[in-house]
Amino acid sequence: MTQYQEKASITRVERLSTQTLRLTMRSPLIAGAARPGQFIMIRPSERHDPLLGRPFSIHQATGSGTLQIYFNVVGRGTAILASARVDDELDLLGPLGRGYQLVKDAPACLIGGGLGIAPLLFLAKERSRGGHHAADDRIILGGRSRADVEPLVEDYAQFGLSLHCITEDGTFGEKGLATDLLITHPLSTDTVIYGCGPQPMLAALHGICVKSGNPCQVSVESVMACGMGACLGCTVMGHDDNYVHVCVDGPVFDARDLQWQL
Amino acid sequence: MAALAGDTGGADLRVDIGSLMLANPVLTASGTFGYAREFENLINLHRLGGIIVKGISLHPRQGNPPPRIAETACGMLNAIGLQNVGVERFVSEKIPYLRGLNVPVIVNILGDSVEQYGQIAANLAGVEGISALEVNISCPNVAHGGVSFGADTKMAAAVTRAVKAAADVPVMVKLSPNVTDIAAIAVAVQEAGADSISLINTLIGMAIDVDRKKPVLANMFGGLSGPAIKPVALRMVYQVARAVTIPVIGIGGISTTEDALEFMLAGAAAVQVGTANFVNPRGAEQIVDGLGEYVTREKLTSIRDIIGALEC
Ligand SMILES: Cc1cc2nc3c(=O)[nH]c(=O)nc-3n(C[C@H](O)[C@H](O)[C@H](O)COP(=O)(O)OP(=O)(O)OC[C@H]3O[C@@H](n4cnc5c(N)ncnc54)[C@H](O)[C@@H]3O)c2cc1C
Ligand SMILES: Cc1cc2nc3c(=O)[nH]c(=O)nc-3n(C[C@H](O)[C@H](O)[C@H](O)COP(=O)(O)O)c2cc1C
Ligand code: FES
Repeated sequence: MTQYQEKASITRVERLSTQTLRLTMRSPLIAGAARPGQFIMIRPSERHDPLLGRPFSIHQATGSGTLQIYFNVVGRGTAILASARVDDELDLLGPLGRGYQLVKDAPACLIGGGLGIAPLLFLAKERSRGGHHAADDRIILGGRSRADVEPLVEDYAQFGLSLHCITEDGTFGEKGLATDLLITHPLSTDTVIYGCGPQPMLAALHGICVKSGNPCQVSVESVMACGMGACLGCTVMGHDDNYVHVCVDGPVFDARDLQWQL
Repeated sequence: MAALAGDTGGADLRVDIGSLMLANPVLTASGTFGYAREFENLINLHRLGGIIVKGISLHPRQGNPPPRIAETACGMLNAIGLQNVGVERFVSEKIPYLRGLNVPVIVNILGDSVEQYGQIAANLAGVEGISALEVNISCPNVAHGGVSFGADTKMAAAVTRAVKAAADVPVMVKLSPNVTDIAAIAVAVQEAGADSISLINTLIGMAIDVDRKKPVLANMFGGLSGPAIKPVALRMVYQVARAVTIPVIGIGGISTTEDALEFMLAGAAAVQVGTANFVNPRGAEQIVDGLGEYVTREKLTSIRDIIGALEC
């Protein structure tokens, strides 16, 4: 798998809510090689402070060289990215890590919570490509409130997979947690679940899948310095008490390969 | 035009680290460049002066629990805990690739006891494809209450002698900056037979999460690296280069050609690029280009002309 260090120029900046933005960039090498679930490192600054690149899931990538990220402003690096303008250049490294392993002949359930819905757009597109999706394929988009979900609904709806929205405060779609919809609307046991979201959500998802027997792939996060297996800083504990590295062994794992605090 | 292997635009960038001859003075620092293969798509590995691999111990080590890294002002803290595959798997799994690179490979070694250091050196003796050993003496000496080998002239000398007795390649001893008198340690390892000295390793530091009232790193303390440590590193390289006669290799926050030149003026015969590899994987190669341009622009006969050329 080839990675590239590429200067990407920003072609579009969308503010989707008070805290979230979507950047569209031209990055032909990275976009051309990217697979759903992979990520990129973006250097927020050419200077020494902040020093390290920041990891972001690939929200969308096209063969024509367009790359998108969808992100939340949480600190200094993301605040700098939020002030980026069209034609600004960013230093990118990618595509990095192991993405989702799409199982073609099994029904799919894509489930994202909060910012975890970011990588699922690319996955939904890949899934729908060539009409591969099954009639019972679903996407579940969860968030705390309307602003976390509504701005992206149209993008996800275009692929023709059945779309379910749910918010914790009930301001958009049903009221509750994304994982609640797996209890109220159970899946066929051969459905493969593709999840991304905050750690507690993924832990709950894993718990549900262990009971139901559904295969489950999840994208997890950790602190990162290099994103490419060089610093060994991004460890999480594997199921066999051996550390795994999120940037090269993941970020997408079979949920059973990790240890979960339930 | 694409750069050829070892191409330096015609400038003479060769440096000698004792009997170890390098095509240019730019090495990659241990623990920041994996086992080189991680970078093969991103940088022309053949253009590096040499590659120093992640520290190897006698037995595999799992390393510390996460979080292991924390960004700090102009730098980062790491508490990786010297995670590595152990010397046996290193030789069977990593060396075959490294051997094919046609670039000097320097193996960084570490241990819990003087005997372990000697044992690793013995295990690596005779292995084809290793140009030198770099001895990380910043590790705690388990038999002496965990005091770092690098913090004491006697222990530093003992490790150096043990490695020298077993090694069949030149031995570079890598000093810890967490000491009062680094020149004294440098003199001790020179007397113990070191062929060269590299410095600095990371400075011990700490970061606190105010909201949680907890240390950011699970290990509490971590090693500070990156541009933040450069002035300290430069001062120490200068002091050590004046105290010893063996070659000195400068490390600490180097991310540009100018940084590398500063270290060479202070007396370093070569430099290592560390944390900068994470931020700009092409950085080390860009420094090779930059040094070549510098030699040409300044009409030097060789980059060697600037080693220790600081005027004071
Ligand atoms: C593989 C991967 C993919 C990611 N994809 C996305 C994405 O698509 N969209 C998105 O918005 N974010 C994503 N993240 C998280 C993103 O990398 C962080 O939000 C970002 O690095 C924060 O940078 P900062 O400088 O703004 O914050 P900092 O100033 O570094 O930190 C500010 C606060 O954010 C917290 N924080 C920092 N890094 C993380 C993290 N990795 N996870 C959770 N909290 C963190 C810190 O603890 C601190 O409280 C991803 C992370 C990983 C590892
Ligand atoms: C993540 C990380 C891992 C490191 N691992 C090692 C190691 O295994 N052995 C060693 O001698 N030094 C190790 N170092 C220290 C570096 O080789 C170097 O001495 C130090 O980082 C200072 O240089 P820099 O500021 O350019 O990074 C490590 C540094 C970092 C940041
Ligand atoms: S982030 Fe450096 S090894 Fe994963």
